[in-house]
Amino acid sequence: MSWTRYAAPQLFYPLAGKMIPWFAALALLLTAVGLYLGLLVAPTDHQQGESYRIIFVHVPAAWMSMIIYLAMAFWAAVGLMFNTRLASMLAVALAPSGAWMTFLALWTGALWGKPTWGTWWVWDARLTSELILLFLYIGFMSLHAAIDDERRADRAAAVLALVGVVNVPIIYFSVKWWNTLHQGASVSLSKAPSMATIMLVGMLVMALAFWMYSIAVALARTRVIILEREHNTRWARQLLGTT
Amino acid sequence: MNWNSLGQFLEMGGYGLYVWGSFGMCALVLAAECWGIAQRRKALRELPLDDLDDRNDLNERPLHEA
Repeated sequence: MSWTRYAAPQLFYPLAGKMIPWFAALALLLTAVGLYLGLLVAPTDHQQGESYRIIFVHVPAAWMSMIIYLAMAFWAAVGLMFNTRLASMLAVALAPSGAWMTFLALWTGALWGKPTWGTWWVWDARLTSELILLFLYIGFMSLHAAIDDERRADRAAAVLALVGVVNVPIIYFSVKWWNTLHQGASVSLSKAPSMATIMLVGMLVMALAFWMYSIAVALARTRVIILEREHNTRWARQLLGTT
Repeated sequence: MNWNSLGQFLEMGGYGLYVWGSFGMCALVLAAECWGIAQRRKALRELPLDDLDDRNDLNERPLHEA
């Protein structure tokens, strides 16, 4: 017996059930701290006024939209290579969360852009590639839904997810590679962040909160998908009371 | 603390619509996502039952073959 036994949906189901409350509690706690720092403690920005506070949800949503895509593509690849059912289910479970995060990044970006740039939308490289990310998520879900045989759907959608991975570095580096209206990164690994410490801390706490939320929700959705696919098995019937 | 009153806080220096439109949409979407999963969970009991599927049953087969 090793940790790989949890690749069996039957064993992963209760494990995920034990993990969800912890991630959910962390998400709630971090959200409370993040909102307190972002809305009450962090000072007014001397250039943007109060509108800059949108970054406390915009940046976390945008980061998660890319991180979730990478996670989705990773599990899709594992499912494709090792033919593990659970890995494919994780990929399918991550897609809606990623799509919602992408939508939120675009929505909050538009609401920040209007007062700051004077426009809701502009076809610059950063915004366009993020919109393509939304279409990739929708394409992944549509393709999966269009194929009746779940395992075939898993494989077809996995190929799409893997091809789409190329878009993630394009989003990330778009502000460097092209002359975009969207500003460059305020936070990166290679240089000191170009924002006040309290703003940075608030943003990072909110990003962690979004991350913990995403894990909790993806696990909860994975559990539902496991039961949807396994509902004719003995253990699932016992669990659902449909024996 | 940056705010002297609740009204000032809600006004967000004139950017209230943009700031609360962003935070509000996030709250709405995340709540809807959780609600959707709960609904999908409820619908599990309504799934049509087929023959018992014990191909991958860990109690039926040794784990290393599962």
